[in-house]
Formats: sequence, structure tokens, C-alpha cells
Amino acid sequence: MKDNIVIIGGGVAGMEAAKQLLSLGYTPILVERNSQLGGHVAGWYRLFPDMTPAKDIIVPLRLDVARANVFTGTRVQSITPERESYTIVLDNGISIEARAVVFATGFSLFDASKKEEYGYGVYDHVITNSDLEAWFCGKEDKRIPSDPKAVGFVHCVGSRDLKAGNSQCSKVCCTTAIKQAIEMKEKFPDAEIYCFYMDLRLFGKKYEDFYINAQRNFGVHFIRGRVSEVGETIDGRLQVKAEDTLSGKPLKVQLDSLVLMSGMSCNEGVRNLARQARLDVDDDGFLKSSNNIYGILNSNRKGVFYAGACTGTKTVPETLAEARAVAVEVHNYLKNG
Amino acid sequence: MIYEGKQKIWSDYQKEIPDDHWYYVRSCIRQNFFPASERMFTEITRNVLKKDVYETPFHTTCGGIAYHCDTIPQETVMTIVARQFSLMTEAGYENYVPSCITSFGNYAEILETWREFPELEARIRENLWKACRREFNKPKYLAHTSDLIYHWRDRIAELGKYRLVDKETGEPLRIVEHIGCHYAKMFPHKAVGGAEYPYVLAGMVESWGGQVVDYPERRHCCGYGFRQYHVKANRGYSVSNTHKKFESMEPFHPDAIITNCPGCPYFLDRWQYVIAEQTGKTYGRNGFGIPVFTYEELAGLVLGYDPWDLGLQLHQVAVEPFLDRIGVEYDPKAKYLGVNKEDIMRPELPTSMKCF
Repeated sequence: MKDNIVIIGGGVAGMEAAKQLLSLGYTPILVERNSQLGGHVAGWYRLFPDMTPAKDIIVPLRLDVARANVFTGTRVQSITPERESYTIVLDNGISIEARAVVFATGFSLFDASKKEEYGYGVYDHVITNSDLEAWFCGKEDKRIPSDPKAVGFVHCVGSRDLKAGNSQCSKVCCTTAIKQAIEMKEKFPDAEIYCFYMDLRLFGKKYEDFYINAQRNFGVHFIRGRVSEVGETIDGRLQVKAEDTLSGKPLKVQLDSLVLMSGMSCNEGVRNLARQARLDVDDDGFLKSSNNIYGILNSNRKGVFYAGACTGTKTVPETLAEARAVAVEVHNYLKNG
Repeated sequence: MIYEGKQKIWSDYQKEIPDDHWYYVRSCIRQNFFPASERMFTEITRNVLKKDVYETPFHTTCGGIAYHCDTIPQETVMTIVARQFSLMTEAGYENYVPSCITSFGNYAEILETWREFPELEARIRENLWKACRREFNKPKYLAHTSDLIYHWRDRIAELGKYRLVDKETGEPLRIVEHIGCHYAKMFPHKAVGGAEYPYVLAGMVESWGGQVVDYPERRHCCGYGFRQYHVKANRGYSVSNTHKKFESMEPFHPDAIITNCPGCPYFLDRWQYVIAEQTGKTYGRNGFGIPVFTYEELAGLVLGYDPWDLGLQLHQVAVEPFLDRIGVEYDPKAKYLGVNKEDIMRPELPTSMKCF
């Protein structure tokens, strides 16, 4: 047990942390509840802003962590703080005494059916950003017509929405919507693409260029206004109502498909473990860092560290950077106590 | 349309509706618009379903119309409502059921406001005491009368003489359900089925054999919208809202519309005449309009009451084609005879929309 490190969560944060710890000479134990490593990113087709194939990130990482002790399809059943360590029991019966634990438990995608007015799960052609990525990856989806004439994207679905229980911005949805709008335009050049947004938060490197590109070179229509309601026409198309707040006019369009940009919610499944490990949880439901400037990776307990979207919404580059940093944090902790 | 998706939402928005002992309060305007509907509610609940439904002549307006027209402060409305509750308390009831959707929304909003701001409730109690030396308990349960008919819909279907099906083809009739804005849009959890896909009327239609029609402008206001109509200069806006709804539902060929608000059936019914006169366009079959019913009227038809006892002769849109499709028995010659069988005179017929 001397330097056992358990990483909970095998998404990009968990894998990158494991990779770095391997390079530092440790053999971390990586626990992932799904049958495959990769998390949400593994279900994505391409990543903004350079249209990098997601598999170019995931596949090498999977190879990189092969030397770690990897448990897939495995859940952490309990975590018990001891004097200088944590006892972690997996649902396969294995018990581990770990000196350091890294939570890389990520986020949950907001359940878009909670925004009832958009009709996810009610109208035939309403899908989420995640559904669209699965379709880009080759999964059949009858909700997406074979030759759409008009497609809409609704930003901020379950983000910055107190009624939905999420006050936080999900950070990635604006740019993901731009990316997906471009991808749809590439697939269906004759289709009109509409993005309904309340703000465009394009803070990252090349994001603004990406947005201008979507307008100039792909003719994507950006409409500042939230969708108020969605209905279904006699021929199965979607009637979408919104307010164009820039022109100050109500707007009604008929679409063949509507994509809801489901935001990031806290991973509710991690609450129980946080309670057992006596970890603080923030107001937004995400795990609470010891300090939001210099202690993002640190919990309120010695030996427990955080990486990625378990503490809040993050982009993939931010997540990878945190994962690299957390490996150093763990190394210093084990070395110096 | 994914029906199971709607069912999932409906299961999230169910409310507890006690089976008996209700204190009933009427609407200010429904008896003028559709005079038999409220009488039919007491007839069905008391004489058919054998329920205890009590009302008092001392009940007044709830102030909701003035409140939503911005002509009365909310604190005054609250004091009026406090007096209504005192009448309920005095009568020994704790289940409160208004007939008006705006009243229902008004009561729901006031109870919720008092829950959030107990100091305001205390002030209203003081106002009421100063004004008329009355005290009150808040209702234990608040429901709209359509909630109660929904609650007893299957029993009504069991006792019914007719079903909402075409007697020739056996096909379910296609019914548009229109919910009053103040039923669910303010407090979705106080409504059967929530605000986006309310089930209160859809449940009745399904239970009585019909098929519910969804259409893009289903959620849109009927056109009444208080100031849209009460400010005379806005009436063109009122009719344009109604027109938008009919244009949207037209491709679905609905056979009838069921409503649960005082204003909605009136405006959906009467504006069809105005639209027909202005544009020459009608939305029903063969030059007729689409008949618009209150849920009490439709329940009465299902139970086999005479259509003229239900006041259907006071509708603008002719109901006879709909009655004929179901096979409802009626005497066409008795249409314009009053309750004492005296002639109540005939209205002038429209030029563009077929009527009898």
C-alpha cells in the first residue's frame, strides 16, 4: 500500500493523471464505472477549435495508461478515511488502502427533457449535442432527417438557468454549437443553420475566429434570443418560437431538427463518496476546491485531490492541464507527506 | 410525436384531489358566456356523482380580472380573497374549488405569496378584520373545477350515454384541448400535467373516447388576454391571436375544441364568426366552424343531457354537425326554446359561416 494512488474516473482527466503518474514512476489504480475508458470525450466526434478528432486524444491515452492497474466496469462502493490513508472498496470486492486519491469523476450531461418547452423526448426531431456527436461518430439516429433544410441549435440548455438548478455557465456549449453548426453545414450545404444564444462566451484561443468563420464561410445564422417553445407541425417538422432581442421582434421558424446544447451538471453519483470521504461540496453541487485560485486541485482533506470537471465546468485543454498538474501535486504529497 | 414522452411528464405533475366535500365558487363571467356550464357542474357533481359541493350566494368576485387588467393593487385582491376564504371557513369546508381559471391562478398566486411572505398574510388578516370583522383558514386543498371533472372522468365515462367517436366509422373524434393561461403557466406543479403539456383536458378527451390533437400553436393564448380585449383599441390584436391558432390547427382537421377557462371558449367561438366575416374563411367541415365546448358541456353531452339544456344554442359556431357525428339525440326545433319552452328568438345568421 505504501504509495497506492487511486484515481476515480477514467475520462480524459483520470487517464491523463494516470499517464503522468506512470511517467513519475508510480503505478496508479484507475477505476472507471463504464466498460471503456474515455468518458464523455470518447463519445465525441471532433473537438473545437481545430476540429481535432476526439479519438486522436482518447486512443493514445488508452495506450498510455495500459501499464496502470485499470478497472473498467467497476464502481467505487465506499471510501473510508483512515489515519494516513483511505480504504477504498470496489464493487468487485477488491479493497485498496490508498495514500492518495484523485477524484476525476467529471460531470453529468444535463437531462434536456427537464426543459419541457423544448420537447426533448416528446417531439420526434429534437436531439441533444451528445446525440448529434454519436450520429457524427456513425450511430444511426432516425431523429436526424436525411436531407434537412433547416437545423437549429439552442445554447445554454440547463446552463445559467436557476429554474433548472444550474446557475453555472458550462463553458463549452457556445463553441461546441458553433462546431456542430459548421459540421452540419459541411454535411448539408443547402441547409439553413440557426444558433439561438443568450450570450456567446468565446473566451478561448481561436474561439472568436471559429465564430467568425461560421458566419462568414458557412452562413450560420446567430440569433440572440432564447427559444420559448417548440411545437410539431402536421408534417412532423418543428415550429420554433424565439425572440430576436437584437431586432426586438418575435421570431418563428420551421426546422427539420433541433439540437439542444445540454450543459454540464455536477455528477450526482459522486455525492455519496464525497460524504463518506468527508469532502466539501460547493453550492453548485460540484466538489469544492480548497481555494478557487491556488488550490483548485486540492480538497479540504489531506491526500484527496481533484482534476477536471468534478470541481466545475472545464474545457478539454483545461482538464488535461489540471490532470498533469495533479500528478505533480500527488507526487509532492507522497514525497513530502 | 412520442406519446410516452408526454406520459412521463404527466406522471411528474399529478396533484392530490380529494374525492368529496368541496366549497364551490363561481366565475364572474361564465354564466353570461356559457350559461349552463356552471349549473351543469353542480348537476353532475351533486346529482350524478353524489358529491358534497357547497356554494354560498355571499361569494363575490375574486378581483382577478381587475388584477390582471392592472386596475387594482394586489393587496386589495388579497383582502377580497381573504373574505372568500372566511366564507369557506364559516361553512366548515377546507377544499376550495373555483370555476374560473383566473380565480384559480389568483388563489394559487396569493397562497404562494403568503407562504413566501408570512408577514404579508398577517397584514391581510388585519385588513380583513378591520374591514369586516372576519377571520379565515386557508384552504387545505385548492383545485380548479376542471381538476375535479378530470378526477371523476372515468366515472363519467362509465355512466355516459355517448362517447367521443364517430358513430358511422367508430373512429375517435379529433379534439383540440385549450388550457387557460392562468391554469398552469404560473405554477406548473399546481396543474394536472404541468404547463407545457397539460393533461387535465387531454385526460377527459381520452377517457371519453376522443383523440387529442396537438398542434404548433397549442400553447398560444386564445386571444382574450385581458388587456388585448378589454382595451378596445387592442381588439384587432385579440382576433389576430385567435386567427393564428386556427391557422395552426387547421391542417389537423379537429372536430371540436375543449376549454377550461371562462374567456377561451367565448373568444375561440365568437372570433370564428369575425374571421369568417372578415376573410370568408371557416375552419370546420363543409363551411361550418369548429365547435368550442367547456368541459362541463362536453361532460354533459357524454352523460346524455339534452344539448339545449346545456346551453349549446348560445354558441356562435353550430354544434349540430358534431352532435350528429356522435349520434346525440336532439330536437332541432327546440333549439331556440327556453327552459320554460318559450321562444327565446333567433340570432341573425352570419354571411360566411354556416349556422342553423
